[in-house]
Amino acid sequence: MNWEIVIGLETHAQLSTASKMFSGASTAFGAPPNTQASAVDIALPGVLPVANRSAVERAIRFGLAIGGEKVINRRSVFARKNYFYPDLPKGYQISQYELPIVKGGEIRILTKSGEKVIRLTRAHLEEDTGKSLHEDFHGMSGIDLNRTGVPLLEIVSEPEMRSAEEAVAYAKTLHSLVRWIDICDGNMQEGSFRCDANVSVRRPGAPLGTRCEIKNLNSFRFIERAIEFEAKRQIEILENGGKIVQETRLYDPDKDETRPMRTKEEAHDYRYFPDPDLLPLEVSEEWLEGEREKLPELPQAKRDRFQREYGLSPYDANLLTETREKAEYFEATRKLLKGPSPKTVANWVNGELSALLNEHGVGFSQILIEQKAFANLLDRIHDGTISANAGKEVLHGMAGGEGTADEIIEKRGLKQISDAGEIEKIVDQVLAANAKQAEDYRAGKEKAFNSLVGQVMKATQGKANPAQVNEILKRKLAG
Amino acid sequence: MLNASLKELAGALAQKKISSVELTQLFLNRIEKLNPALNAFITVDAQKSLAQAHTADERIAKGGAQPLAGIPVAHKDIFVTKGWLTTCGSKILSNFTGPYDANVIERFNDAGAVILGKTNMDEFAMGSSTETSFYGPVRNPWGQAYVPGGSSGGSAAAVAARMAPAATGTDTGGSIRQPAALSGLSGLKPTYGLVSRYGMIAFASSLDQGGPIAKSAEDLALLLNVMAGFDARDSTSVERTREDYVRDLEKPLAGLRIGVPKEHFGEGLAADVGKAVEAALAQLEKLGAKRVPIGLPSSGLSVPAYYVIAPAEASSNLSRYDGVRYGHRAKEYSDLADMYRKTRAEGFGAEVRRRILIGTYVLSHGYYDAYYVKAQKIRRLIANDFAEAFKLCDLVVGPTTPTVAFKIGAKAADPVQMYLNDLYTIPANLAGLPGMSIPCGFGRDNLPVGLHIVGNYFSEAKMLNVAHQYQKATDWHKREPAGIQS
Repeated sequence: MNWEIVIGLETHAQLSTASKMFSGASTAFGAPPNTQASAVDIALPGVLPVANRSAVERAIRFGLAIGGEKVINRRSVFARKNYFYPDLPKGYQISQYELPIVKGGEIRILTKSGEKVIRLTRAHLEEDTGKSLHEDFHGMSGIDLNRTGVPLLEIVSEPEMRSAEEAVAYAKTLHSLVRWIDICDGNMQEGSFRCDANVSVRRPGAPLGTRCEIKNLNSFRFIERAIEFEAKRQIEILENGGKIVQETRLYDPDKDETRPMRTKEEAHDYRYFPDPDLLPLEVSEEWLEGEREKLPELPQAKRDRFQREYGLSPYDANLLTETREKAEYFEATRKLLKGPSPKTVANWVNGELSALLNEHGVGFSQILIEQKAFANLLDRIHDGTISANAGKEVLHGMAGGEGTADEIIEKRGLKQISDAGEIEKIVDQVLAANAKQAEDYRAGKEKAFNSLVGQVMKATQGKANPAQVNEILKRKLAG
Repeated sequence: MLNASLKELAGALAQKKISSVELTQLFLNRIEKLNPALNAFITVDAQKSLAQAHTADERIAKGGAQPLAGIPVAHKDIFVTKGWLTTCGSKILSNFTGPYDANVIERFNDAGAVILGKTNMDEFAMGSSTETSFYGPVRNPWGQAYVPGGSSGGSAAAVAARMAPAATGTDTGGSIRQPAALSGLSGLKPTYGLVSRYGMIAFASSLDQGGPIAKSAEDLALLLNVMAGFDARDSTSVERTREDYVRDLEKPLAGLRIGVPKEHFGEGLAADVGKAVEAALAQLEKLGAKRVPIGLPSSGLSVPAYYVIAPAEASSNLSRYDGVRYGHRAKEYSDLADMYRKTRAEGFGAEVRRRILIGTYVLSHGYYDAYYVKAQKIRRLIANDFAEAFKLCDLVVGPTTPTVAFKIGAKAADPVQMYLNDLYTIPANLAGLPGMSIPCGFGRDNLPVGLHIVGNYFSEAKMLNVAHQYQKATDWHKREPAGIQS
């Protein structure tokens, strides 16, 4: 009998505000320790929190993006989560507990087996804790409070993913969405987007098994590896007649395994209660409307429209909408073109151009090649001036600053031979010199044809228009 | 000068009859003389005060200074004060110098007032006698064997003994009104949200409110003019148009309806207090007020509800005192948990530890609904009681405390008896309403009795008006403690 893996993800997206959730201190990453900790962050006696409006706005936009206004609580409440730890200066973390700002919503993901809807439980605002550094302090711990109070949106999914692949697809879709709507920079190395995975296994149809939570997964690969390891670990225990202990675990990428985490407090009674320093967060209809107006066309809407308007496959549409910049680049390029089909443009954007940008370590936000120049290149391929292969070479030349497509084609002599008379002459020469292969082909050996095409291309240094070569060869051989 | 009202002091300063430096020195001398016995001040820094007085004199010389310019004011040691030791009456903050000014301090500084010193208080404002201070008990100027009330007992004793013309306090369950009553002073706890809590060290955030303690309602009005106002750094601060609290002082009381709650005149009220309060009610009637019997049926639930909500919030508010970043830290410890345990066991006194334990308990999993949630419901019932009452009357009037001042040590061993001291004052905190106490006579052992006035939200001007008219017709507020007369 097989096992079913059940996964729910809790994602912490750092909201891209200039100042912290409840103080005016900067949120910039990488400052020297404790230089971005204000009186409020240090929790001096007498200081009070004031909620950051920009953070709330971002949470509202997220809610609108994943479920519309029905998922936004018009009244949500900040609560205190009480526990002692040196990197938690107040002795409590301000979070939303019983009444989060977003309740419900969904994310549509695409996997090999098609589209799937993952429902969200909630998304709530909270403040990050500081950092404890346990090394290099001669047996003591160092505390850095720069991260203390940085605004987070914790996004909690229902346990509806059934494989590591689905979990990664969900995380990627969510990652793309938060950047798309400009609420989080998505920088996973800096911890701006990190996931906790709740993993359990069960026999299909059985009630949910005991889960373990794997904390702080900060790359898609780690999410995948950690879930796979954890599921395997749990299945082994259960198959050997053991029981799963509910616990928090940490993934170690070096050893590629999860192991139990040292807990911050022995007993987990956080004694949540509404923070009396903060009034309930009220979201008016006007505020909601204002945030809605700030939202761009959402990735899901764009995906659907790309399929509808341009006849693209779900796969292509999904790939194009990985980032808002990529989708916009595609659409801008396509609008400049009449000849090439949207599918061709999509293939080039998703394929060669994406690969090239990757090589250069840039994204579609830093435009390496202007859409107009790129469109011009696609036109040259479409009108037969150059072959698709030569097109790739031209693209690299453009990225290297060698000039426009036309200049590079000229400079490198990449123009293909589309003169039927000239190709015919060369075909005749090749047939004369390879009578044996021509004979083989006529006798039914299809492979011989490819060899003849190769000879023609070789004779023209690859510049002959392949379609024309095929057509002329076939005609001659048939004659 | 020691007995002068704030208006008189302002006049003397404006007419150059006295300089702020001289006035400040006068009170500093008085502190030097009386404080060793009364222990009303934790910190006095003559140099700092006189420097501020000097600046005030320059301001006054230029003309156009504000009403409180140059007048020394003592501040409860709960207000964080830049450059001043700010202890909150606790060992855990006994080495903490304020790195910034509380909003209340800023406002007094902006008005040109002089910081006269930081007054003693119950540790973290938890107490009704100022006996829980790490710095020792404060003695009541009306009888040094007696408590001055608390938690703002240092402020009350300072003003009662004429060591300060006026002082600030904070009131979470009666901590301004009860010491005002027990020390023969006028004290006002404004509507919750009127005075910023920024820099006022938190005890129970949803109940804490800063306010003035002074010799008269007129003084209170002048002080409230400085203290009240919106502050964006306190999310519970209320944004509303500025008021002049002096404006209505002289209004006649004809037609005023004073509600007298039967629940505040029942069992537990000492006869001497009841008698003085009855006389005060009669006096108000003589001034044109009409007496309306009212009920506050949920009154009896207020003490239990308060002793769930206040400790719950306190247990969380006081978590920041962990020895990590500032304040007292235990000298020796084996690991982090041990450091926390020892630091907090050494740093907090018995009453604070008791309330942290109660608060932690009532917020615990499985008890939260039975205690905290229920207490919040009671809180709403109490607010509703007042809402009903204010349909029948303009102000609710009664005794501030069930008894006059008790002896130091008399209730220290029995927390419940101590807690019952705030029986009449707590409801206003739970409802967020303004409350005030003014002297209305003397009881046993010639100790002062306080008259309690509770108004509707933001009705401070009306309350001050009534108190001022009462004080124009009586002289209780002008009486001075015997033996330390100025």
